[in-house]
Amino acid sequence: MLTKEFKQIFRNKVMIPIIFVVPVVQMILLTYAASLEMKGIKMVVVDQDLSQASRLLVSGFSGSPFFDIAHSTTSYPEAESMLAGDKADVILHIQNNFEKRLYVEKQTDLQLVVNAINASEAGLINAYSTQIIQAYNKDVRAEWFGLDARGGMMPQIKPSFWYNPLLDYKIYMFSGILVILVTLIGMILTALNLVREKEMGTTEQINVTPIRKYQFLVAKLLPFWIIALFELAFGLVVGRLLYDLPMVGSLGLLFLFTCVYLLVVLGIGLFLSTISNTQQQLMFVVFFFMLTFILMSGVFTPADSMPLWAQKVNLINPAAYFMRVIRMILLKGSEFRDISREFFSLLVYAVLILSLAVINYRKTT
Amino acid sequence: MKKEFQHIFRDVRTLVILFGLPIVMIVLFGYVVTTEIKDVEVGIWDRSMDQASIQATQKIFSSGYFVPAGYLEREEEIGELFRSGRAKVVVVFEADFEKNLKRDNSASIRLITDASDANSAQMAQTYLQGVLMSYFQSLNQDIQLPWSVEVKSRMFYNEEMKGVYMFVPGLMAMILMLISALMTSVTITREKEFGTMELLLASPLKPREIILGKVTPYILLSFVNALTIILLGFLVFKVPVVGSIWLLMLACMLYITLALSLGVLISTSAKTQQVAMFISLLGLMLPTILLSGFIFPIDNMPKILQWITHIMPPRWFIVIVKNIMLKGTGFAYIWKESLILLGMTLFFILAAVKRFKIRLQ
Repeated sequence: MLTKEFKQIFRNKVMIPIIFVVPVVQMILLTYAASLEMKGIKMVVVDQDLSQASRLLVSGFSGSPFFDIAHSTTSYPEAESMLAGDKADVILHIQNNFEKRLYVEKQTDLQLVVNAINASEAGLINAYSTQIIQAYNKDVRAEWFGLDARGGMMPQIKPSFWYNPLLDYKIYMFSGILVILVTLIGMILTALNLVREKEMGTTEQINVTPIRKYQFLVAKLLPFWIIALFELAFGLVVGRLLYDLPMVGSLGLLFLFTCVYLLVVLGIGLFLSTISNTQQQLMFVVFFFMLTFILMSGVFTPADSMPLWAQKVNLINPAAYFMRVIRMILLKGSEFRDISREFFSLLVYAVLILSLAVINYRKTT
Repeated sequence: MKKEFQHIFRDVRTLVILFGLPIVMIVLFGYVVTTEIKDVEVGIWDRSMDQASIQATQKIFSSGYFVPAGYLEREEEIGELFRSGRAKVVVVFEADFEKNLKRDNSASIRLITDASDANSAQMAQTYLQGVLMSYFQSLNQDIQLPWSVEVKSRMFYNEEMKGVYMFVPGLMAMILMLISALMTSVTITREKEFGTMELLLASPLKPREIILGKVTPYILLSFVNALTIILLGFLVFKVPVVGSIWLLMLACMLYITLALSLGVLISTSAKTQQVAMFISLLGLMLPTILLSGFIFPIDNMPKILQWITHIMPPRWFIVIVKNIMLKGTGFAYIWKESLILLGMTLFFILAAVKRFKIRLQ
């Protein structure tokens, strides 16, 4: 029975690309596309002062790796139309009395106009610009007027980044993608396969054979459990080769955790298949759950900074547990006692969802 | 066609999801998927315990971004705290902090961040540094800082910097693609798989009429969904429609037609529902989410991916929606994108018709 299932899976031509090709494409595409790192922010400079002071300021921006000066002009409306036409992300507007005010009034201002449709990007643009301008202030004070650049009592702040000193976003993203991959294979393939049999009427045929219910289910689920585990191993190898994915913690622990996690995922897949009649219906239900689970699990943005109600919802979101644990083990080298709460929660979850699914699954339906 | 409607409405579950999906997604993107810094757990290792360090610590936790994760006493505890995920940042005040600060201004603070999540680590670090700097700056108020340049920032198109602005256009692109392309391709393939397509083709109806009959209900469904998203965005998150609503509707119409013709094209080449589904899901949904500028800005991608995004219809649609809805620009700013979408639509229709004819022979 088990060998038959495996054979059937591999005979289906669609399955093979899904199991082998799709993950690779996903891992490469997602990791590179899903970058929130900023570089090459397109800036238009409207320098109406054209003085030494303003030029020094502009050179601060052109020297920064974050900014690309796309255009320089003296007409503000022209700059604004570039913002509207997506040719620029930010306008640096220096008015014509910039230098004079800096000397006479000892204080001057400049305007920064940011396209804020993407709010987080706009926040970063603002932060980077402020940094550059602060550095400029210090320079002006120190070099031109010989003042203490720090301006009074100020401790030196020394940042250090652990586990990822180069702040490489890719390894974080990649570990998240492994979660998506394992979940996708476990949930969609299991559920689709079971519903397909139902739709085609072959489940009825199995039902009249002397095979017991649990034998049937185990034979149906086990192949996907194994494939998903294989998928994780495959993904780890790809990650190691392509992105130098760190594996600080114990891989055995990771696989142990994945085994339990997959029980939950397969249980959900089985459960969803019992409440759907057609593949189309099922696909929509699964798509809906997958998208919600994955977005809420913190794949792109940390789950810790979500609102409280979302964190409560995440208690029943298995992907949230796995997302947290895979990163803890791979990137930080967490040990069993660090993840024991997640481990036992998922174990209970697995028992609950599997029994619910099995009860719901009537051999006779 | 009436039959097709009945077919859709009979399946309540799919219907609920069809209409529920935009609602859930907009709530998720509006509230949950935020890149904001909030309640970051910070551990404190204060080796000095003097007035300056205690006050600085208080300042950190009263800023609203950080919550205490405990006080440390040894270096090794930092790693333990990070590994168990109980803290994201540890602030270390050196011994004799206040003395060093007052004596020769040589005090230092170490900010150690768990950078396994590079993005939020960097953000937390920047915020924390900002809080500390502005606190110590405030201690020096008696010293005037002359010759300084002040920045006045203006946030165009999104004054309050709400994250949801970014997602509304992308959600429209995704959901319309999902319903139009995916649903039609799967529905038509289903008829093929069960052999009922042959029956329809043998009837006196022309192939064109059959396809139109299959497709029309989805046009309406998609349209209702597009309206739902705009309305929800407006009512719940106050996302305005700055430009012309008619132009926006017209753009939606064009995009829906494109998605439908794509769906028909997929159905002409797929033999089973599973194939149609996977082509639609992986070939359409994934790029729609990833390569359209929906979540991740195209400008940050590697050149080759940026190049690929040019053949992704959602990319152009998102630009159009952003321009009309959020920037309020007129036709002058979107004619190029519209023309590209129109060209793609014609191409898909022609290809679908051609394949359909081949199959009939």
